[in-house]
Amino acid sequence: MNPISQNDGHAQPAGAAVTWYESSARQRIDGLLDTGSFNEFLGPEQRETSPHLAMFDLPEQFDDGMIVGRGQLDGKPVFVAAQEGRFMGGAFGEVHGAKLTGLLRASRETRSIPVLILFDTGGVRLQEANAGELAIAEIMRAVYQARLAGVPVIGLIGGRAGCFGGGGLIAACCSALAVSEQGRIGVSGPEVIETNRGIEEFDSRDRALIWRTMGGKHRWLSGGADRFVDDSIEHFRAAALDLLGTHSSTGLEVLQAEQSRLERRIERFGKCEDALDIWRSMGVATPSALPELDYSSFMALGDPIRETRDDAS
Amino acid sequence: MEHMTYHYAVDKRATGTRLLAIVGVVASGNLEVLVERVLADKDCEVVVNTAVSGFGDVWEAVVGDFIERTSAGGLRMSINDGGARPDMVSLRLAQAVASIAEDA
Repeated sequence: MNPISQNDGHAQPAGAAVTWYESSARQRIDGLLDTGSFNEFLGPEQRETSPHLAMFDLPEQFDDGMIVGRGQLDGKPVFVAAQEGRFMGGAFGEVHGAKLTGLLRASRETRSIPVLILFDTGGVRLQEANAGELAIAEIMRAVYQARLAGVPVIGLIGGRAGCFGGGGLIAACCSALAVSEQGRIGVSGPEVIETNRGIEEFDSRDRALIWRTMGGKHRWLSGGADRFVDDSIEHFRAAALDLLGTHSSTGLEVLQAEQSRLERRIERFGKCEDALDIWRSMGVATPSALPELDYSSFMALGDPIRETRDDAS
Repeated sequence: MEHMTYHYAVDKRATGTRLLAIVGVVASGNLEVLVERVLADKDCEVVVNTAVSGFGDVWEAVVGDFIERTSAGGLRMSINDGGARPDMVSLRLAQAVASIAEDA
């Protein structure tokens, strides 16, 4: 029995689907797993907080923005890790990262219990950059060790902070990803690109540009994610169950096939200036209308033409 | 950072059987409250860690007022604050006590 309340004061209208985007990490876990099945490891009462933030006079969070534990999905055991995107942008620090590394290693030991990672992160926490970068490397290794032990590692992306920086690298190592329209996946985020390459390269204030370059619709169409879901906890739960059932193996051959696919993608779309050009060359008649399409119209249009994703994105 | 601890002698034990609850997140204008049923029935303790220094009087007034209106005996409430306003603090404290008042 989970002693932790999921209530964080963001009441949602009765009867309406519960939005993933607006929910806290704890609400997402609560809605994703079978009711009452979640058992948290290293819960907030353990006060395993960041050893670095106090030096910068910054407040800590008792769970360091990472909630890990074990529960059940449709009666079957799963490990789950969820990032709280509103605490320091869901960024990875030493403790935050170590909790995910530990969870992945536990799944490797079991050789059977899959891992769900609920990403919501801007990348590495600048105040503990070295520890955070090391954590990313450890997590990427642990993801592959778990996968090579036969355990699927599924990423779910649809939070406010998106999935950027080291989080984007970890997502690319996962067995499969589900993303919603609100979800964004990338390594360098909009502001980082603009700062380094100039506003002509990328205008970080152009929200339409951001979403058609890094948003869920484009990532799914271009083979960067395996499932496109509507923004509700219920849809993410269905996608997680679906992906756990269709998990493919990994190994050198799979990765080589994926490498070839990515090379073909560069050949095919390398000259495109904008996602609109990519969608046009994929066969979308009016690319400019695509961002406005609702879930079902977009799925009907996208499903026959999308690039399939073999392994890494 | 500023750290404050307040102790209260109260009349009534908080209802329910849960041992622990957490509400809120540490973000700008927000806070988290971890509430634990770890004290004697007539004791209550509130521990505040806040990013904004110099508002001790306001904290004492807001927390004191809340404890007066609630049955919070046996509870230790630990707050990590990201600069929440008094109305948000009162709201989160009320949510924390309501959450732990549920039966386990």
